[in-house]
Amino acid sequence: MHEMSIAMNILEIAEQNASDSGSSVINSIEVEIGTLAGIELSSLSFCFEAARKSTRLAQSAKLEIISIAAVGKCADCNVDAEADFYHALCPECGQPVAVSGGMDLRVKSINVD
Amino acid sequence: MCDTCGCTQPDEAVTFTKPGEDHHHHNGHEHPHDHSHSKTVSVEQDILLQNNLLAERNRGFLKAKNILALNLVSSPGSGKTTLLENSIKELGLPVAVIEGDQQTLNDANRIAATGAPVLQVNTGAGCHLDSKMIETAIAELDLPQDSVLMIENVGNLVCPALFDLGEKSKVVIISVTEGDDKPEKYPTMFAASDLCIINKIDLLPYVDFDVEKCKHHAQHANPDLEFIELSATTGEGMDSWLDWIRAQVKS
Repeated sequence: MHEMSIAMNILEIAEQNASDSGSSVINSIEVEIGTLAGIELSSLSFCFEAARKSTRLAQSAKLEIISIAAVGKCADCNVDAEADFYHALCPECGQPVAVSGGMDLRVKSINVD
Repeated sequence: MCDTCGCTQPDEAVTFTKPGEDHHHHNGHEHPHDHSHSKTVSVEQDILLQNNLLAERNRGFLKAKNILALNLVSSPGSGKTTLLENSIKELGLPVAVIEGDQQTLNDANRIAATGAPVLQVNTGAGCHLDSKMIETAIAELDLPQDSVLMIENVGNLVCPALFDLGEKSKVVIISVTEGDDKPEKYPTMFAASDLCIINKIDLLPYVDFDVEKCKHHAQHANPDLEFIELSATTGEGMDSWLDWIRAQVKS
């Protein structure tokens, strides 16, 4: 259940940035989570709801998750391949291609009052 | 209800957005109000920044003392502790061990019996070790120069993949009594590791485990993954593993 650690880190980062900007309430927190980052989004949501209750500024903050997909590119055909988790097949030649990205774990912005 | 404007829409804690979508799903309704009194603050901060920074400090400390740190990850019961016991006896280099488990000193007691310095980290409800735990542990262990530090992570094929501890490499261990589709089910750990040990090969005649199929699935997640097949119990294949460690110490 590392999603609880992740949720708590998100809230800590958000509260620090809210304090720095002189804000007293966090309305929402926008995070980017890669599809290969090893985060179960429903678990993260569940943990976030529990963890926000013990914060000072984010008691009713919403978590807005932007899912970032991994991408594949075929070196031979120079075309993008849609990645399904760790698997991607070149749409031109049908060969498996290496995927990259999708490891994002980032607090992008916060909306505050 | 919305605590800013007092409207009676349900309080949703979470929304989901796909790349390219400019609006979040709100379970079938849109928020009609303009919260013009609020402002958006750009953050752009890595969620695991604190863990990663501390991991880099651990890595620097270990490198300065020429200590090879390996993070051993697997499901519970893959044979990590037996592998460690026998590696310590045969490696011919000073080895210290950090043992991660939710509860008990059982594994640390087994390692202590080999004479190697060991520290047990009990994570309580925690499902993984983090870099802060390792920082504390390496301060306690007083590691010698030119040695090997084995970190036996909590038995869990999911969470430890995410948490950099400052190790040189993750080594994932799978035993043939598990399914050969483990790498297909849990690709993240295989993608994060440099070496995959397939343990308990002495039991291959008795179980339905296809080594090549296992490797094939693991390479889907990580084409650069190396493999060593061994039995920590009989010693078969142990030399390859010990040579791999020695090569890592030199490089």
